[in-house]
Amino acid sequence: MAEVLDVAVRLVVIIAIFLVLPLVAGQMEHKVMAHMQARLGPMYAGGFHGWAQLIADGVKFMQKEEVIPTAADRRVFVLAPGVALIPYLVVMIVIPVGPGLVGVDLDAGLFFVLAVMGVGVLGSIMAGWSSGNKYSVLGGIRSAAQLMSYELPLVLAASSVAMAAGTLSLPGIVESWQWWWLPWQAIGGVVFFTAGLAELRRPPFDMPIADSEIIMGPMTEYTGMRFALFMLAEYAGIIVISALTSVLFLGGWHGPFLPGPVWMLLKVFLLVFVVIWLRVSYPRLREDQLQRLAWVGLVPLALVQLALTGVVRVLAG
Amino acid sequence: MGGYFSSYAAVLVLFAIGLVIVAGALSVNRLLRPSRPTPEKLLTYECGVDPVGGDWAQSQVRYYVYTYLYVVFAVDAVFLFPWATIFAAPGFGMTTLAEMFVFLGFIALGILYGWRKRVLTWT
Repeated sequence: MAEVLDVAVRLVVIIAIFLVLPLVAGQMEHKVMAHMQARLGPMYAGGFHGWAQLIADGVKFMQKEEVIPTAADRRVFVLAPGVALIPYLVVMIVIPVGPGLVGVDLDAGLFFVLAVMGVGVLGSIMAGWSSGNKYSVLGGIRSAAQLMSYELPLVLAASSVAMAAGTLSLPGIVESWQWWWLPWQAIGGVVFFTAGLAELRRPPFDMPIADSEIIMGPMTEYTGMRFALFMLAEYAGIIVISALTSVLFLGGWHGPFLPGPVWMLLKVFLLVFVVIWLRVSYPRLREDQLQRLAWVGLVPLALVQLALTGVVRVLAG
Repeated sequence: MGGYFSSYAAVLVLFAIGLVIVAGALSVNRLLRPSRPTPEKLLTYECGVDPVGGDWAQSQVRYYVYTYLYVVFAVDAVFLFPWATIFAAPGFGMTTLAEMFVFLGFIALGILYGWRKRVLTWT
């Protein structure tokens, strides 16, 4: 009984994090982007600096009419937002926020994370194909191409950390983390974070969405609640990628003075800030530049990191 | 159940909760939203003008090369994970390190081949 209760409490916390942190990241994006562009951003909703803007958006989405075009493949069209969103919720169960503070400590945790996150992109491919819209199909195929190119550097960089720690369990990786892993795994960290951004289709890797050329890519035909679910998936994805980068490369809950979960939260939001910063600073990469960056840039770097990790690990005993 | 796979029970529960969250959000939407479809509203969206051209078109899909590259390399990369947990175990050391360089060599050679064949550049 106590065991079931323990798991139940952990699940409730995970769901709370899943429902709250993406909204915080979204609001942060509104405000940080606005200030970087010398604007104010939302100021009205909720009174204080527009803090309730995303809640107001949610209320609006709740009441919007749903439009499913006649050309669409209804069943796939209806399922796609769920396929895009749920993997990010499921992944959160293995991300540790403090010593012992993790949903479940799976011994193949890292592998589980990479496998489940790949499913999220399927939602975007399904949406693109089922919409019955040329622009959506183009966006969907671009999503697929992007997933394929960036999955490889992501997997290689992640396995470098697994080599360093000698385990695939995420809490196990954080426990064996030492401060000098920071320079040792730096290349892998950059590769992982960049490839993660590309998997989320965030700017500058937002070729699949490219609003100025293919409208909104796979999401063109979506309205109301289903569109909101896609948006939630994007921000949940930002949180998951930032959390994974902190866990694998920045030492998760390690840090002086403050308690572990606070450090974890700080690191996650520092990376969220970087994600927003990159969006404001860089223009969108063209499709061929995008593919080149993955195959000529990130994959060789990830291989160098693997070699470095192997040599240091074996020579240092 | 029980044993090794019992730790995945919580994962399944969370997956079910995810389904409930999505279904719940969509049912609330169903209760609150209006529904007044018209043929124009259900037309495919192309920036406000009526859809141009038929639904079949041919285009050159350049991405299939990346699919090949991906299938080759990602399947290789999966084998890294079980190896990564034991490669530095006592008694392995140098042997597994040499193996790793063979493996990296194969992948690097593959990419080099693709690059020389100019599959990574667009005309």
